Amino acid sequence: MRNLLDFLLRIHFLILFVIIEVFSLILLVNNNNFQQASLVNFSRQISGRYYARTANLKQYFSLAEQNRKLAEENTRLMSILESKYKIESSSVEIISDTIHNQQYTYVPAQIINNSVNNRHNYLTLNRGYSHGIKPEMAVISQDGVVGIIKGVSKNYSTVISMLNLDYKISAKLKKNQYYGSLSWDGLNYRSVILNEIPLHADIQLGDTIVTSGFSSIYPEGLMIGTISDFEEKSGSFYKIKVLLSVDFKRLYHVYVVENLLREEKLDLEENLVEL
Amino acid sequence: MIKQIPRYILSFFLLVLLQVLILNNIQLGGFINPYVYILFILILPFNTPKWLLLILGFLLGFSIDLFTNTLGMHSSASVFIAFLRPFVLKIISPRDGYESETSPTVSFYGISWFIQYSTILVFAHHLILFYIEVFRFSDFFITLLRIILSSVLSLLIIFISQYFYRNKLSR
Repeated sequence: MRNLLDFLLRIHFLILFVIIEVFSLILLVNNNNFQQASLVNFSRQISGRYYARTANLKQYFSLAEQNRKLAEENTRLMSILESKYKIESSSVEIISDTIHNQQYTYVPAQIINNSVNNRHNYLTLNRGYSHGIKPEMAVISQDGVVGIIKGVSKNYSTVISMLNLDYKISAKLKKNQYYGSLSWDGLNYRSVILNEIPLHADIQLGDTIVTSGFSSIYPEGLMIGTISDFEEKSGSFYKIKVLLSVDFKRLYHVYVVENLLREEKLDLEENLVEL
Repeated sequence: MIKQIPRYILSFFLLVLLQVLILNNIQLGGFINPYVYILFILILPFNTPKWLLLILGFLLGFSIDLFTNTLGMHSSASVFIAFLRPFVLKIISPRDGYESETSPTVSFYGISWFIQYSTILVFAHHLILFYIEVFRFSDFFITLLRIILSSVLSLLIIFISQYFYRNKLSR
């Protein structure tokens, strides 16, 4: 006991230092938001890694159960697919279009985040570069054009929706091939504006608007919508209101389209400029 | 020794006020920030008990913290150098040791000894303080540059203050 006291007395300086220093650090962490946040962040990183490891380990114990559930889920989904969307049975479908000598691949995807009420609307898809998605690929649904891929991560990608003030696509009248540029005016999520259709073009309410294919992003002739209203703008162009065939509020299943010959076309066009 | 206590209390308050009212407002380009208040720990006499050193260090840092609203930051740094002080003194002691009635200032042990002594402690203090402030190692070298530049400025002010002290003593 006496030895212990002697010992404590000898190192009282160190003990006191540790006590006061720890006290100061406790003060620091409790009273300064930044340091507190960093510390919490740090410990969360460590605990997160730990939980990920244990979860990884734990799931082995329930593998049989998980497999059974997945198999059930698979058969259920298969039965739905068979009856409803036969085309989706393989995940990547290559369609050869021999007339235009163009090839498009389709990757099915689901929308996991969507907005229609901003000026610049974006969608998020559950497919990323590990599924072959690249920026500037087209996104379409069964009903028509949806948007274009902007950013891609491993498993997710963001899509610039047609309902985005910065986004323009080239579109044409299906019946007489007059083309113009299509953009959103930010007012109604059901309709977009088609400009630059000359006044001498014959247009009627209900005419179909399709993609022109000039951008080599979208396949040609893809449905966009129908004319719901038009007026003469100053100058020699119509301002046409197009009712979108895609209801962005009900969108869930979409396809990401890649134009396999796009590079070739762009290369050729670039060379043309250089000549 | 007893006679000198009021003088040390006075210098405690003077240094805290100097730091809070003047030096904390000197931020050259947001980069260099002198911390001179630790001069108080540097010049405590040799016969100060070690435990008192730590407590004074804490009180000093704590009073700076109260003004700068960074509880614990200056306290931990100044407690650290109060802890370090006896070891530094031991390492750089002159050949014939220290006289216990004196204090480690220029007037007793000369400028070249004092430069060594204060450089080590000021740098240690700034090192702890600045790294606690940024609280991460990602900008390691930028923080190190800030530490070195600020230490140089703090040391400069400390040396200048030493000549004021000497004048006072000789008078």
